[in-house]
Amino acid sequence: MAERTIKLSVAALGGQGGGVLTDWLIAIAEANGYIVQSTSVPGVAQRTGATIYYLEFFPREQATRAGREPIMALMPVAGDVDCVVASELAEAGRAVQRGLVNPERTTLIASTHRTYAIAEKSAMGDGAPHTAELLDLLRGQGQRTILFDMEAAAERHHSLISAVLLGAICGAGVLPFPRGSFEEAIRAGGLAVKTNLAAFGDALEIAQRGGESPPQPAAAAAIPERAQTPALQPLLERIRRLPPAARATALEGARRCLDYQDARYAALYLERLEAIVALDRDPEAALSEATARALALWMSFEDTLRVAQLKTRGTRLERVRSEVRADAGQLLDVTEFMKPRIEEIAGTLPAGMGRRVLASARLRAWLSRFTGGRQIHTTHVGGFVLLYLLGALRRFRRGTLRYQEEDARIRAWLARIAELAPAHYALAVEVARLQRLVKGYGETHERGWRNFSALVGELDRLAARSDGADTLARLQAAALADEEGTALRRELAALAAG
Amino acid sequence: MAERSFAHEVKSLRLGAGEEFRGEGILAVTKALLQSGVAYVGGYQGAPVSHLMDVLSDAEDILESLGVHFEASASEATAAAMLAASINYPLRGAVTWKSTVGTNVASDALSNLASAGVRGGALIILGEDYGEGASIMQERTHAFAMKSQMWLLDPRPHLPEIVRAVEQGFELSEATHTPVMLMLRIRACHVYGRFTARDNRRPEFSLADALANPHRDYGRIILPPSTYAQEREKVEQRLPAAQRFIAERGLNEVMPGGNGDVGIVLQGGLYNNTLRALELLHRADPFGRTDLPLYLLNVTYPLVPDEWERFCRGKKAVLVIEEGQPEYIEQAASQMLHQRGVASRIVGKEVLPMAGEYTVDVLRKGLQRFLDEWCPAAAAPAAPAREVSLTPMGRLAALVPPRPSGLCTGCPERPFFAAMKLLQKETGPLHISADIGCHSFATLPPFNLGNSIMGYGLGAAAASAFGSPQGRRAVSVMGDGGFWHNGLTSGIGNSVFNKHDDVTIIVDNGYSAATGGQDIPSSRAANQHRQGNNSIVDAVRGVGIRWVKRTHTYNMRETLKILRDALHTDYRGPKVIVAEGECQLNRQRRVRPLTRKAIEAGERVVRERFGVDADTCTGDHSCIRLSGCPSLTIKANPDPLRSDPVAHVDNSCVGCGVCGEVADAAVLCPSFYRADLIYNPGAWDRLLHAVRGAIIGWLQRGSERRRLRHAL
Repeated sequence: MAERTIKLSVAALGGQGGGVLTDWLIAIAEANGYIVQSTSVPGVAQRTGATIYYLEFFPREQATRAGREPIMALMPVAGDVDCVVASELAEAGRAVQRGLVNPERTTLIASTHRTYAIAEKSAMGDGAPHTAELLDLLRGQGQRTILFDMEAAAERHHSLISAVLLGAICGAGVLPFPRGSFEEAIRAGGLAVKTNLAAFGDALEIAQRGGESPPQPAAAAAIPERAQTPALQPLLERIRRLPPAARATALEGARRCLDYQDARYAALYLERLEAIVALDRDPEAALSEATARALALWMSFEDTLRVAQLKTRGTRLERVRSEVRADAGQLLDVTEFMKPRIEEIAGTLPAGMGRRVLASARLRAWLSRFTGGRQIHTTHVGGFVLLYLLGALRRFRRGTLRYQEEDARIRAWLARIAELAPAHYALAVEVARLQRLVKGYGETHERGWRNFSALVGELDRLAARSDGADTLARLQAAALADEEGTALRRELAALAAG
Repeated sequence: MAERSFAHEVKSLRLGAGEEFRGEGILAVTKALLQSGVAYVGGYQGAPVSHLMDVLSDAEDILESLGVHFEASASEATAAAMLAASINYPLRGAVTWKSTVGTNVASDALSNLASAGVRGGALIILGEDYGEGASIMQERTHAFAMKSQMWLLDPRPHLPEIVRAVEQGFELSEATHTPVMLMLRIRACHVYGRFTARDNRRPEFSLADALANPHRDYGRIILPPSTYAQEREKVEQRLPAAQRFIAERGLNEVMPGGNGDVGIVLQGGLYNNTLRALELLHRADPFGRTDLPLYLLNVTYPLVPDEWERFCRGKKAVLVIEEGQPEYIEQAASQMLHQRGVASRIVGKEVLPMAGEYTVDVLRKGLQRFLDEWCPAAAAPAAPAREVSLTPMGRLAALVPPRPSGLCTGCPERPFFAAMKLLQKETGPLHISADIGCHSFATLPPFNLGNSIMGYGLGAAAASAFGSPQGRRAVSVMGDGGFWHNGLTSGIGNSVFNKHDDVTIIVDNGYSAATGGQDIPSSRAANQHRQGNNSIVDAVRGVGIRWVKRTHTYNMRETLKILRDALHTDYRGPKVIVAEGECQLNRQRRVRPLTRKAIEAGERVVRERFGVDADTCTGDHSCIRLSGCPSLTIKANPDPLRSDPVAHVDNSCVGCGVCGEVADAAVLCPSFYRADLIYNPGAWDRLLHAVRGAIIGWLQRGSERRRLRHAL
């Protein structure tokens, strides 16, 4: 029984070209005198699911000598696969879960990029926090493990990921076939030959190097020596006096407020932050850092003026161009989808006027003609100027109804943090983090505010408990668990029951 | 027109004697039909046999030259009834569908076909979709074979064997006047392999011959007293004839091995995986040589008692490897051997699981248990039964998310179900009767719509109990495929006749999309072999619907209005909404090459796609919960202050417009934008953009300068 079948399993997602890859592998094997069998279970997996392709290879010459055809299995078997290929990170994890990756035998070739599943994408917060951990875990699984970002490799050459997979299989040397016959199969396929060959070659070299190491997280920005104008220099000096753990975030926060409003606003941000920092006795300065982050986000709440400002920025058009892959110099029109409600319109008015509008049925009815879906063309002069002027109105923002509401909310929130910090430090940190609940627009924003208020309403009760901080963190997670508030209601009921 | 083009595969249908056929199992079956002189072929598409239908659809000229009639049957019942042509005439006919769903639909006709018996060979090719990745992991075809007495072939998943099974299946059918079922598991349908082709054959007796000389035999009509005679004929003549034929022609295989104490009986379809399991237990080599005697049932019904007796006599124990439940073969074997005084112990489900797919891992464990108990002397070296233990499996399970099926990028059903979700925000939860089709995926996240699925085209029928006015109206969903399959009568006609006060939505995407985009009676594309463009609206009016409205699904506002109207109108009676939107997979396949060609030819083309502004997206993902489009995904938040990922439209976006509609209808957020990419702009475009660019750029540069001046 010296003969051994080579077994290869490929996990691919719909639309990644797993079928094409299989055809190539069959052609390559047959050209090299191998008997090959492949199977797959596409079924409904062709609609966004994953498909496993399974191939076995056996030298024809040995079969001829034995006078018999080898019997090949129709599915991969745990521990008995020579090479497991996964075109996506979670699918590689699934292959390991199924026991296909044998640490004494299997070469694991996987892409490090993620194609998120619906549960991960639709989470109200971060539904996929574990990618780095999964990557770490996979690193030690195979007898050899070759990991790199195959999606990026495919993007570099405008090819499908299948050509990258083929290059990686060739580069890993798991099949006893020469590079030339791989390339010949791509040529014979006749489709997108040039881009496929380029992606193949690129992936082959990466695989020969053993894959890529993961990118290192970017280091925190250093505090610059000099501000652009002397007038702003005092802000930098104030940031430098903050606890080290909060400085980078505070710099980012001050920049945000400066961009959002003006230097006075950035100074207000630092002033508010400094008041909390003064109460922070923790060497890690967790409260200062959390407040620096949350305060900056809250103070730059997304009102109509802010959206208009961001939508008309020059760098934004450049970003759109690259995101939609416009060719250099290609003409492009951009359309925005706005749907202001009465609340948004009133929020942009001077506070007194805004309140009168909201209180008066007649005014509401009149204003409602300006609500509803608006498509604004920001690459047309009219649409652009409309938003540009709206953005420019931000110098009057402090007088708007929305600003006054948010400002009052911010002050109340900071007051709670300050009040709790001395005796209930950990709880104060969680209160700072609660800002995360209040985000989005329209109903989403209202729901977030309702949840935030509900949790703040529990603070007295929580302060009386030794596990108050952990409980609040759990409540925050529950508030982000579902849109209907089911999990939150359950947690709150449990809390009330003691 | 189906999702895939089979031009390449069609070529292999023309192969002549001695040439090598290479391709997947189900195509080998198609070629074998032509080699067998089949006169007519029909069927209903469904995984894993869709390709058989698709290839034949693309091969009309070959079929014409051979004088073979092919049709895409309206349902499996239609296909089964078509086999009536073989009752009176020596015509070979074959039909195909997905089992057991299709067999359920076809069983009325199958009962009568099996009772009347056939003169020409009648072959029913079944894609047995059971096990991992199956969309309907329920029940066994075996029960149908036994109850109606049709012979069941379960050949080895090896192309030459599959082809042999087709050819011998016709002969068996003719020799025993009984229809024959050929079942292929899903992996066997998709297995790539080779066989040496033979020439295609024209049917010896043609359909025209039959029509020219109609033959009638009251004995073949299924009314008494013929049926009494047929029932006797089944057991007295056809069954013994089948057992004789199977034994004489050696349809089942015995591989003697060397061991005299034990033996293994297995379904032919499980041969490869069983041999691999034995190889892993060091009881077989890669060529399938083993010391254990094997009795391979390429015919799993009927069983041949003489063969069983010969194989089992003298053995202490025999393992029966039979996938699925109940264990019909095992039960029959115990009885047969008992009656013949053979003392071998039959072992089966006591070492193998009662339900579920027999994967190699499952088989290895079962075989190990059997051999440990009954064949310990062999003292096989310890199996490489490596239980994976090195990985923190518990942790891994938390890190690997499930990946349920969903609607494709740009699917026209997405805006419809998003509208339904918005509607429920106004009305509260509704009772929604779902159906089979792509729209079944609406029962999964992120839509989670639908309370039951009863069967293909049965969405409306399944809401019948709620038909009389009860206050809130029940809503049912039906696809256009299911509508033509049976829903027009079972659902719509029924609701008219019984004066239901309910709402039925017919999702009209123009194709039988879930099975691969085959044409159906309401398909709009030109097809020279089929008569399409039959209006669903006309059809429901024809059966008496008075309240019927059409909506274009991509227009969510309109759709929502019509849905509200249907739920709240004073009109008492069944209400039908036809929700139109072309299947995007098919649309893209049609449109993409045209667009590419137009761009290459220098024509002005505008391509739309959507995007999300990471600056204004706050990472709540409401949009994803309302849409679930594969191209609408998440990416790391570029804002250093935020941790929640932002929504992001990747490059698979086809610009269907749903993102804008959803953002609009749901009052979501202003982050979505649409980019219109202009290819080959005209002089006017260039001028306009130059002017706009100059003005906008001037304003932007000014504010950018101010921004940079005031930066930290």
